[in-house]
Order: sequence, then structure tokens, then C-alpha cells
Amino acid sequence: MEAKEINPNIDRNEKVISIRGLKKAFDDFEVLKGVDLDLYKGENLVVLGRSGTGKSVLIKIISGLLYGDEGSVNVLGKEVGALKPRELDALRLKIGFSFQNSALYDSMTVRENLEFPLVRHAKEMGEAEREELILYVLEAVGLSQAINQMPSELSGGQRKRIGIARTLILKPEIMLYDEPTAGLDPITCIEINSLINEVQQKFNTSSIIITHDLTCARAVGDRVVMLLDGQFQREGTFDEVFESNDERVQSFYNYNFID
Amino acid sequence: MDLNKDKPGTAPTRRRYVTTRRLDRIFVELANIYRFNARFFKEVWFPPYEFREIIKQCYEIGVRSLPLISLTGFIIGIVFTNQSRPSLADFGATSLLPALISVAIIRAIGPLVTALIAAGRVGSAIGAELGSMRVTEQIDAMEVSATNPFKFLVVSRVLASTLMIPALTMFTTLVSLLGGYLNVHQNELTSLSVFFYQVFDAITFLDIIASSVKSVIFGFTIGMVGCYKGYNSSKGTEGVGKAANSSVVTAMFLIFIEELLIMQVINAIRAF
Repeated sequence: MEAKEINPNIDRNEKVISIRGLKKAFDDFEVLKGVDLDLYKGENLVVLGRSGTGKSVLIKIISGLLYGDEGSVNVLGKEVGALKPRELDALRLKIGFSFQNSALYDSMTVRENLEFPLVRHAKEMGEAEREELILYVLEAVGLSQAINQMPSELSGGQRKRIGIARTLILKPEIMLYDEPTAGLDPITCIEINSLINEVQQKFNTSSIIITHDLTCARAVGDRVVMLLDGQFQREGTFDEVFESNDERVQSFYNYNFID
Repeated sequence: MDLNKDKPGTAPTRRRYVTTRRLDRIFVELANIYRFNARFFKEVWFPPYEFREIIKQCYEIGVRSLPLISLTGFIIGIVFTNQSRPSLADFGATSLLPALISVAIIRAIGPLVTALIAAGRVGSAIGAELGSMRVTEQIDAMEVSATNPFKFLVVSRVLASTLMIPALTMFTTLVSLLGGYLNVHQNELTSLSVFFYQVFDAITFLDIIASSVKSVIFGFTIGMVGCYKGYNSSKGTEGVGKAANSSVVTAMFLIFIEELLIMQVINAIRAF
């Protein structure tokens, strides 16, 4: 598979996320050991690493679901750890979080899932306008026919798409994808990768994509960082990252990547 | 992770528990329960109010429990009347049956049976639903979309349960009395008006107030326990099962304790 062409619209002068010296431990196990990371406007940044290395913890800290033990996490100019609940909610409206297992609300239809954030955060919006927006994001993910279905009636790939549509409905500036291709067949993976790139172009988002799927990393990443032993050890384009002689990097490539 | 477990090949580390491991866990659990309750009382007063969700939960808890509650209440009324008759008959006092049924059902059986059935049906459903939402990250999804999941899920369910259990209790009491009436009518040929005259003659205003207050407390307990267990369930499907199970067991245990305490208070008021 061809590596992605780097998005020419990335603004290297504008950091939307800036993390310095982030540490996080669970009991005695230190997951993140002083992580530094920048995400630039318009960029798709892929965070690679083996399972259990703290990739998901990192984006949960960015979205304020978890708190770091040390270090600073600055998102869109706001220090996440220092925000009051209302300020954190205001920031969260600018962040879209696509969960690994989609996290669609089981008891609601697709329409109700998409309406859920709208009725709470876009109260000024009329019913017709709301309906129009729902159809727009459903079309953007190619699933307008699923509007009245329940999540249990959808396939894994469709659930992922609806999950992404739900995050897009509030027009976020930042997208956080947690293992977007986990558990999907290769064809659906390619479709999801294309969707991530389309979202970047169409909605002008900056994204962090957490994955251990190298096909996904190559297809969507403008820049790739590799998390090893709680710190980012490699950074660059996909090819630059895997030019390393580091045995851990090479074993990750050899055992996981099918070209 | 077990904090006190020494890593292989290292010298034993100092134990980190303030008291013992079990006591520490109990204290932490008590603190969490206190914080959970305090959060409810803090959040219940302030907007946004999730009226649609409250009404939906009222329907789930109230209307959907009606068939089970009706059947159980009716059978209890018949059985209780039937079982009480021989004892009264020994003293030639079967005419006191409506009064006995009235006192027993309104003061104790109605609220208690309703609460126990609701703990089984509603408590387990809330525990399992919220547990499953926690495990599948639906609660996290609400949080990152800047929606307060505590308000949407917990406050609405606890309010619905607190409102609906008293209503169900009234209904159970009425249906149980009807069951009792059918039995009394069949055996003693008592008319409906005489039966209900004796029923209301035997109870006081305090009985009705006590029964209502009790059922409000039971409803709050069922909702709160189910939400606490589900909302804080540990990861994994096993956690969902445990949340559902412990919601029922804990709620039933607390209902009996509350029944005992409230009974003492009411008796003290009655004596006063």
C-alpha cells in the first residue's frame, strides 16, 4: 500500500495539542514516563505502539477522561488538568473521540445517537436544521440508509462509521481515534482509513490516531510517532520511523506489517 | 493490581494499607458511597433537567412492573387472608379479618413486598444496564461529548424509582386488599362497602403517612443502589453480572434494615 501524501494544509506554526513531560502510573505500573508530543493544525498524527503501552491512556488524558500524574497537557491553548468542569465541557465540544468499540448508545437508534449531542449543545437549532445536519454527517460516512436502525443491527464497520459520524456532528477541531480499525476485515479497514482522510480534508480536523495496525498508520498518518517503554522513541514519516535499527521497532514492523 | 504483592526477586516491601486490606476496602467503599449520594443531592437541583429520560424511566420502572406487582399483590392478599382466618376463627373473631388485613397490608406487607419485587426487577435492570454502558465505554462517550452522564443516567433513574415505587406500593396495597376482599366475601359473605369500611376504620392517618414515607425511602434505595453498582462496575462482562447481582442483594438487605428502623420510629411516634 502507498504511503499517504502529506497534507499540504498542515500549519506547523499552530499547535493544537502540546504535551510536555506527561507521566501516568496505575498503582506500581508506570505507563507513560514523561511523554512530549505536539499536534499541528490540520495534521493526522499516528501513535503506534504495542497493546498496553499507554496509547489509549494518552488520548483519554487529552480528553480529560483521565488525569496525568505529572506534566502538562495543553489543548487548544487550555491546560486540561487545570480546567473547571464547565470549561472542560466547553473544550470537549471541540474534541471528537471515536472509541475502539464505537460506544454507540445501545438503547437509541442511529438518529437518536446523532441527535443526543445536538439536543444538548445546539439548542438554538431547529428540528429541520437538525435533521439536515444528521443526514449530512451520515452521508459523509456513507450510511444515510441506516438512520432508523438500532446499533445492534449494524456491522462492526458500520458501527465505527456511525461512531465517527456522532463525533463529527458537533464539528470538532480535533479528532481522537482509538484503534479505528481494530477487529475489522481488511476491506473495511481500507474504507475506515479512507474515511479518516476524508474527515481530515472535509472537516479540516487535526487528528491523533491510536493504532497498532501499520497499514492504517501508513494510509492515514502525516506523521508517525512510536511509543516504546512509556516514551516516544521514534518520530517522522512512516518510512522514517521504520528506518531505525532499533530491534523493538524492527520486530514491530516485521511481525505486524504485511506489505 | 495487588499493592501488597511483592515482585518476584525483590525484598518484601512495606505494607501500604492504613488498617487491614479488607477494612481499607470497606472504608474506601463507604467513602465512595457517600460521595455518590452527595453528588446526587448536589446535581438533582440544577439544570439541565433530563425530563424525557425521567419520563422514560418512570414508564420502565412503573408501568412495566405493573403486571408482576398486580399478580403478586393479589395472590398475597388471598393467601394472607386465608392463612389468618383459622387463628381468628379459634377466638370467634373472623369479623376482624378486614381490620387485620388492612393493618398488615397497609403498614408492612404492601410497601415491603413492592420494594422487594422492585429490587429484583428494577434494581437488577438498572445495575446491568449501567454496568454494560460502563464496560462498553458508553458512559465515557457521554462524558467526552460534554454531557453529564451522572445527571442523564443516575439522577433520572433514582428520581424515577423514588417516584414510581410509592405509586406501585399504593397499587399493590389496593390489589392485595381486593384479593383479601374476594376471600372474605367468599367465606364470610361480607359486602365490598362493609369490607372497605372496616379496612379504613382500622388504620390511622399515621399509617398511611408512614407507608408512603417508607416506600419513598425504599424507592430511593433501589434506584441509588442499582445506579451505584452499575455506574461503578469494574471492566468486563463479569463486572456487569456482579453489578446486577449485588444491586439486588444490597438493595434487599438495606430495605429490611430500613423497614426495621422505620418501624421503630413509627412505633415511638405512635406511643408519643
